[in-house]
Amino acid sequence: MSFLSYLINGLSLGSIYAIIALGYTMVYGIAKMLNFAHGDVIMIGCYVVFTMTNSFHLDPLASLGIAIVFCTVLGVCIEKIAYRPLRGANALAVLITAIGVSYFLQNLALIVFGSDTKSFTSIIEAEPLVLAGGKLKIPVITIVTVLSCVVIMAALMLFINKSKAGQAMLAVSEDRDAAQLMGVNVNNTISLTFAIGSGLAAIAGVLLCSAYPTLSPYTGAMPGIKAFTAAVFGGIGSIPGAFIGGILLGVIEIMGRAYISSQLSDAIVFAVLIIVLLVKPTGILGRPIQEKV
Amino acid sequence: MKKLLSVMMVMAFALSMLAGCGGGATESTGAGSADAGSVFRIGAIGPATGAAAIYGSAVKNGAQIAIDEINENGGINGAQIEYNFQDDVHDAEKSKNAYNTLKDWGMQMLLGTVTTTPCLSVAPLAVQDNTFMITPSASSPDVLVGPNVFQVCFTDPNQGSKSAEYIAENKLATKIGIIYNSADVYSTGIKDKFVEEAKAKGLEIVSDEAFTEDSKTDFTTQLKAAQDGGAELVFLPIYYQEASIILKQAKKDMGYSPIFFGVDGMDGILTVENFDTSLAEGVMLLTPFAADSDDEAVQSFVQKYQEQYGDVPNQFAADAYDGIYAIKEAAEKAGVTPDMSAQEICDAMVAVMPEINIKGLTGGDEGLQWSDTGEVNKQPKAVVIKDGKYESME
Repeated sequence: MSFLSYLINGLSLGSIYAIIALGYTMVYGIAKMLNFAHGDVIMIGCYVVFTMTNSFHLDPLASLGIAIVFCTVLGVCIEKIAYRPLRGANALAVLITAIGVSYFLQNLALIVFGSDTKSFTSIIEAEPLVLAGGKLKIPVITIVTVLSCVVIMAALMLFINKSKAGQAMLAVSEDRDAAQLMGVNVNNTISLTFAIGSGLAAIAGVLLCSAYPTLSPYTGAMPGIKAFTAAVFGGIGSIPGAFIGGILLGVIEIMGRAYISSQLSDAIVFAVLIIVLLVKPTGILGRPIQEKV
Repeated sequence: MKKLLSVMMVMAFALSMLAGCGGGATESTGAGSADAGSVFRIGAIGPATGAAAIYGSAVKNGAQIAIDEINENGGINGAQIEYNFQDDVHDAEKSKNAYNTLKDWGMQMLLGTVTTTPCLSVAPLAVQDNTFMITPSASSPDVLVGPNVFQVCFTDPNQGSKSAEYIAENKLATKIGIIYNSADVYSTGIKDKFVEEAKAKGLEIVSDEAFTEDSKTDFTTQLKAAQDGGAELVFLPIYYQEASIILKQAKKDMGYSPIFFGVDGMDGILTVENFDTSLAEGVMLLTPFAADSDDEAVQSFVQKYQEQYGDVPNQFAADAYDGIYAIKEAAEKAGVTPDMSAQEICDAMVAVMPEINIKGLTGGDEGLQWSDTGEVNKQPKAVVIKDGKYESME
């Protein structure tokens, strides 16, 4: 029964990593850049929900809606102000800019909201589900988290494969210049990617803070890095890869902590990552990179 | 459009630089206003911003209250105190810079630093310069690197052994689970000594689980290990931010309610914004300071703190307050005057430190005394959280 309960915790943590990783992987796949500020957009989303529910006493779901809109706008603005001017620059310059944006958001939150930790009220207040005569307790937020993750993944896949805008994204990720020649508006497509990724960040943030209820300007940093790892694990650029990578990372982390050593859980996660990358350098579902001659 | 934006950014940047300089300039003119040699200059270093800001601000404010009181009552040996607090953002390198800034300002005694890691790099500087230094809250025994460094708070090992003693003597539990932060010297220091002392007292440690700085959101695994081991008490030698998650996951998600027993890092849990304090109900902690104590000095301090800063002070504020009074007591006993150099003051004060005894806010009935190695001797109080407030257990 302990095993089952560890597995469920692992799935819950993994689902959160997966939703964050979706944002990383989409932006990487389409804009070919690592948006290290993604984790901090999550944190901003949490603060928006926190402020809406606590200062304006809005319904949690309504505040989640506001946070999604806010983060979407924020993501598009970050792209416009910080990344678009560097469209032609080398990858290193863009990476450093992304780290700069990350610090900017963290320090902005420090100034606006202060450094003290806040306790986040879960958006879903319900008694945990009791199974197997009280031996297995599943918090409702865990179920909601796993379900949202699956729904978001499925919706994204549908959007990318069926809608026109999604096809444009695919085209840009295949070959940006050719897509532009074929009449795809690359700038708008990249903006749309940032909009979707950041909207997802708001959802991930709320799920993260509902399950692990502390909120500080650094809340997003570590889950952001773990989710980035998950994206690499699954094959960066691939949406199902981010999903699988996230879930695996969460489960390995919890299982490692439970059965091997609570101190070494992160070391175990990264050891597995190294092994996967040695065997399959592009990640589990990553496509091999073709060198252009 | 792009140009306009960059011009605006440059302007904003330049303005912020100017503002920074402006702030610095006023501070230094403020310091230069009184003639050197007629006032005592006490410097303080701590994190006023950043993740550990709650401790630094508490120390800054607590010391300010003590200094205002002393200045109102005629100062130290008839001389007023000038006070300069420098922010180190809980960073060792910035802390050294802060120390040098204070040295240039003419600091004669140092209250600081607030957190352990920066303190480890500032203390050797103070020893080298022979400047009197008393840290309100850096609790590792490793900060006491020289004869002129003193502590107001308990050392980590001391907290661990006192906690185990308290649990055993009051028969709170026999089966004990531990969750600690293996990436933090404070947490591991307390935990190691606790385990040692607990074994000596016949307590059984059923689970001993760690977490690190990089994975401090999910504690269900560690809690499950304690639950499966049948722990009646879970010892938490950690800070309150993580403790607040542990309490929520244990009580709400897992329905597991052992006794939770914390140390001074737990102090602050009730001040977490929006925290459901009913989750902390019944949490016990050993702390040198309880804001609800009916001690007159404590009450007056709490009242002043609330009036000026709007918060209930925590033990860091109280330790800082006691630190300033320790400086006063030692300076008066040694008969130092403001025209003496920092080195002369230090030699005179170090000689008398083991002889002083101040009542203080954190000293309990027996007061605070110092050994010649710089460690403090005082009694911790056990408090339990009841109806969202600390209540003394005795």
